[in-house]
Amino acid sequence: MKILVCISKTPDTTAKIAFVEGNTKFDETGVQWIINPYDEWYSLVKAIELKEKDPSVIIHLVTVGGADTEPIIRKALALGGDEAIRINNVTNDSLTVAQEISSIAKEGAYDLIFTGKETIDYNSASIGSMLCALLDINFISAATKLDLNGNTISVTREIEGGEEISETNLPAIVSCQKGMAEQRIPNMRGIMAARTKPLKVLEATVTQATTNIKQFSLPPTKSGVKLVDPANMDELVRLLKEEAKVI
Amino acid sequence: MVLIYIDQDNQEIKKASLEAISYGSALAKQLGTSAEGLVLGTVHDDLTTLGKYGASKVHQINNASLNHFDARTNSNVIAEAAKKLGATVLIFAHNINGKAVAPAVSVKLNAGIVTGACQLPNTDTGFVVTKTVFSGKAFASIQIETPIKVISINQNSFGEVVGDGVAVIENLAIDVPTSTLKITSVNKIEGEIPLTEASLVVSGGRGLKGPENWGILLDLAKALGASTACSRPVSDSDWRPHHEHVGQTGIQIAPNLYIAIGISGAIQHLAGVNRSKTIVVINKDPEAPFFKAADYGVIGDAFDVVPALTASILKAKHGA
Ligand SMILES: Cc1cc2nc3c(=O)[nH]c(=O)nc-3n(C[C@H](O)[C@H](O)[C@H](O)COP(=O)(O)OP(=O)(O)OC[C@H]3O[C@@H](n4cnc5c(N)ncnc54)[C@H](O)[C@@H]3O)c2cc1C
Ligand SMILES: Nc1ncnc2c1ncn2[C@@H]1O[C@H](COP(=O)(O)O)[C@@H](O)[C@H]1O
Repeated sequence: MKILVCISKTPDTTAKIAFVEGNTKFDETGVQWIINPYDEWYSLVKAIELKEKDPSVIIHLVTVGGADTEPIIRKALALGGDEAIRINNVTNDSLTVAQEISSIAKEGAYDLIFTGKETIDYNSASIGSMLCALLDINFISAATKLDLNGNTISVTREIEGGEEISETNLPAIVSCQKGMAEQRIPNMRGIMAARTKPLKVLEATVTQATTNIKQFSLPPTKSGVKLVDPANMDELVRLLKEEAKVI
Repeated sequence: MVLIYIDQDNQEIKKASLEAISYGSALAKQLGTSAEGLVLGTVHDDLTTLGKYGASKVHQINNASLNHFDARTNSNVIAEAAKKLGATVLIFAHNINGKAVAPAVSVKLNAGIVTGACQLPNTDTGFVVTKTVFSGKAFASIQIETPIKVISINQNSFGEVVGDGVAVIENLAIDVPTSTLKITSVNKIEGEIPLTEASLVVSGGRGLKGPENWGILLDLAKALGASTACSRPVSDSDWRPHHEHVGQTGIQIAPNLYIAIGISGAIQHLAGVNRSKTIVVINKDPEAPFFKAADYGVIGDAFDVVPALTASILKAKHGA
């Protein structure tokens, strides 16, 4: 049983969002980088849980990015991956990322591929679905629970207003979100072990982007809060009706 | 031609698709072409009514095996349909199913994709789509470089535009591959409007102290006809169900009205609600960061303010 966990690097959730070079680049000054929370808390930990139940499970991590993603991938190894692969391609184009991952996935013959639901920076929610097309295997998105029985998985996914449970044979791709697992903190033993775990670097093979970011912008700032006297809720109702026109 | 994927659930058309049709037909006008819908499976709704949202035609692949969603099968079928019909732009709602199929379809059509678009593309020179990034904290304008384009649009970002057109229904014959995904059960929360589709949302945080105090919030939601949400620590402590958790790591919503009760307004919480049209914050701490993101604020104790607000709403409703 081999699992491939896709790991992406994102700015810390409290990072200041600003842009430079005529609003064409994200301002990385002082930004702390973290493992995308969906990848770390849910998909990676779920893979670790499966390995804890069955020690023959092998977990490989893959990231598409520059050398600056290595601290992130080491942290993921410290949490519990066996080996990591970095594909040296710095890109914002989802298709490029998915194509790079798909060639690793084909080579490694993985039974399960985990992605996060989306990255918290570009919010594309695209890689899992693209891998479905590139690898032509089943894809279950927005998963909140997964049970493995032999060569079959039973996965609960979120749907609008409820949940749906489905079954498929492996191989399959699953995008993970809250519910799949609980966040963990790497321990000292894991951190030490991570230093010597293999981290293979492969050169980029995809060069043609299908999309290009032209410009970033920030939302207009709110004009300021209008305070309403707590003893006068009739006034708040009036404002919501007549001024905001939302009720 | 602009082709709009019409998502169905349990043989009923999803609300998010109506907005997608409105968006697709506005784009078709801009491009001087037609807007046509694509329905997979058999549905109970009268498809001619989709003309109201701007679709001149609706192509239906009348095969009941498509009534259950499967990302792999659906994306295959949509891509085949798009090729057969000669679509140049494909529009999806950025809802759960749209997110699961649109990127796969883009791969099959060699099309560049922008997911989570929030306005019509700029087609003056090229094809530039603006989307929200950094969980609503910024926008990115992205050029699609390929001849065929795929866009998924954020819910509640464009709105439904209703006219009086009538769509022509056409059967479309596409070979449907056999799905190897077996749906074993579907659990719906009875009577609730899904949070992502709600136009009014009342949300509670740790300031409400415990699950036993949620009654005042539920009363307010009931008086408004609103859906309910909560902050992450509230769902983490199991005071409220997980599907109510909004924020960076929860659900991202954009209702017309978001009322935050006893929520401090941490940046990760705001990331899930900052696209709301109007934000009301009720908090006893005047320094709570949420006030900076609010349109209306009430500095006071939720246990007094919320019941008073509910009473005022009921009074206004029943005509005082
Ligand atoms: C990586 C990461 C991701 C995260 N993702 C999310 C997310 O998706 N969603 C999310 O919500 N959080 C998220 N968080 C947590 C977030 O940082 C905050 O801790 C959380 O939002 C705080 O929840 P709260 O406002 O309910 O509680 P608190 O911060 O404890 O605030 C409670 C508020 O209630 C007020 N209050 C107290 N008593 C009363 C009263 N009687 N009447 C009125 N007001 C009262 C207080 O003044 C205070 O402002 C994330 C954190 C991290 C690190
Ligand atoms: N550069 C990357 N390298 C590896 N995995 C990635 C990368 N970008 C995205 N992913 C994976 O795809 C998921 C969805 O990302 P996205 O489609 O970019 O929102 C993430 O949660 C990751 O699991």
